[in-house]
Amino acid sequence: MAKSHYLKRSIQDRLFDIFNCSFMIILMFVMVFPFWNTIVVSLNEAIDGIKGNLYFWPRVFTFNNYTNLFRTNTLVDAFYVSVSKTIIVTLLNVFFSALAAYILSRRDFVLKKILTIALVVTLYLDVGLIPQYFNFRDLGLINNYMVYIVPGLLGALNVIVIRTFIYGLPESLAESAKIDGAGEFRIFVQIIIPLCKPILATVALWVAVGAWNSWFDTYIFASSKQHLSTLQYEMMKLLSSAMIQSGSINPGIAATGSTSAVTVTPNSVRSAITIIAALPIIFIYPFLQKYFVAGLVIGGVKG
Amino acid sequence: MPESNTKISRAVNYTPKSKFWKTIVGQRALILMSLPIFAYIYIINYRPLKGLVMAFQDYRPGKAEQKWVGFKQFEILFSDEAFLRVIRNTLCMSLINLIAGFFFAILLAILINEIKHIVFKKVVQSISYLPHFLSWIIVTGLISTFLSSDGGLINDFLIKLGLITDPVHWLAQPKMFWGIVGAAHVWKEMGWDSIIYLAAITGISPELYEAAVIDGANRFQRIRYITLPGIKSTFIVLLILRLGWILNAGFEVQFLLGNGIVSDVSQTIDIFVLKNGISLGNYSLATAAGMFKSVVSLIMITIANYVSKRIGEERLV
Repeated sequence: MAKSHYLKRSIQDRLFDIFNCSFMIILMFVMVFPFWNTIVVSLNEAIDGIKGNLYFWPRVFTFNNYTNLFRTNTLVDAFYVSVSKTIIVTLLNVFFSALAAYILSRRDFVLKKILTIALVVTLYLDVGLIPQYFNFRDLGLINNYMVYIVPGLLGALNVIVIRTFIYGLPESLAESAKIDGAGEFRIFVQIIIPLCKPILATVALWVAVGAWNSWFDTYIFASSKQHLSTLQYEMMKLLSSAMIQSGSINPGIAATGSTSAVTVTPNSVRSAITIIAALPIIFIYPFLQKYFVAGLVIGGVKG
Repeated sequence: MPESNTKISRAVNYTPKSKFWKTIVGQRALILMSLPIFAYIYIINYRPLKGLVMAFQDYRPGKAEQKWVGFKQFEILFSDEAFLRVIRNTLCMSLINLIAGFFFAILLAILINEIKHIVFKKVVQSISYLPHFLSWIIVTGLISTFLSSDGGLINDFLIKLGLITDPVHWLAQPKMFWGIVGAAHVWKEMGWDSIIYLAAITGISPELYEAAVIDGANRFQRIRYITLPGIKSTFIVLLILRLGWILNAGFEVQFLLGNGIVSDVSQTIDIFVLKNGISLGNYSLATAAGMFKSVVSLIMITIANYVSKRIGEERLV
């Protein structure tokens, strides 16, 4: 039955498939090639790279562009700041968002309505950059490592998503624990958190990606302290300096300010940093993809 | 002591007021746990609201008494050609991103849905979602490398095709800027935005397609008469929600790709606030500009949410 149907497919149908397939292949090429080419440039000898015509494979293979980056303390420090703030903010945000979600999931809670409104309003209310800047200044967060941590301790959307998940859990579990004499906090830590692992993984992923990718907080709140710089911000500085030079590449400049004898070009440095900044995400993405996408579906439910 | 306890419990049973107290006592653990959360939300999200008074002052840092000027800052804003241009840029780039974004997301969803090979389909989906998770820093880095006027691959390619003779400095062309920003958005987000339409298409009853095949409908007719009507309601709801956020044109791309030559077309309201507030120290003017955006956005988003909810309900009925 299925086979005869297949045989009956019209020419038009097949043309459509061929066209569709080609379109998808072109699309994948457009999505992947920029990365591939950047990897190629970053693995090619810098001076040789100026000659151009580097497409699919490095001409003069070298790791120098990478080893050179990590020879200077600037980028090593920035890398540590990026990693540490991502880990800390992710753990704390997941914990506090889950806590708020648990509290809101208790249908009879007296302050439930006020807390819900207070949270949801933050999703739509944009206080603006300048008032926020003054607020952070009053709180002593400017040029302080805490500016990466404190503003990201709780996410309203995360709370709502986790709460929706808790609603789906059987209520009897928490109740039987209560009868056994467990306090609220203990129920939260020992029962709710383990049960919420899948949604917490999704939220953790969102927060981690956001924290890793952020550069604006560094730019606005911590740009005058070099030791607070992050990988994304170092990348941004290189990008803007490359824009100012707008084309005029001076071969042989040690763009990272290193005193080493190895020569690099703005292009080779930029390619190497791009790959380092993108690598963690590209690396974890295939393994955690279902969590990345699961979040969108759950987030959509709330609407 | 025991006597007073019984008194309280007796009172609890009879008056509504003490019933309230009983709830409070019963939920003291939850209340205690919620207090830090209230405090946190207040400090981070609501405390800055008091900074909005700067919009009605002539704020000078370090002065104890600030001068109140009423709506002067707003008058300055709306007589400033630069600010009007910034609003125009924001709206135009937002609209371009919106139209191009919707078009490509829907096109991609429909075409992905037509792929029959499951593994190929999965690969296409995975690859198309990936750029969504990369920062704008990385994406604009890639863009400026590819569009670069010396050694940029786009110029290379166009020269080899014979379409241009000399490399073009794309990012220094005011006429190209909105298009580049729109293309960047499409590249980064089309895969991700297509997910929701794919979900909507999955929700269409397969019987409809089967019946259409029996009636002799070809692929285009099935797309035109079944798939497109099937995602119409999703499209409308998303469109309304996105229109609510129209003043949020994003500013990262514009900020990162913008330069002196294209600043007339590249600056959005957010960049105006950033430039005037943080770089130039015109705190009051910047606060006023930011407040204008926030208030208009808040109103539009509220209306959009209300309307989309109404439509969503009608769809369910």
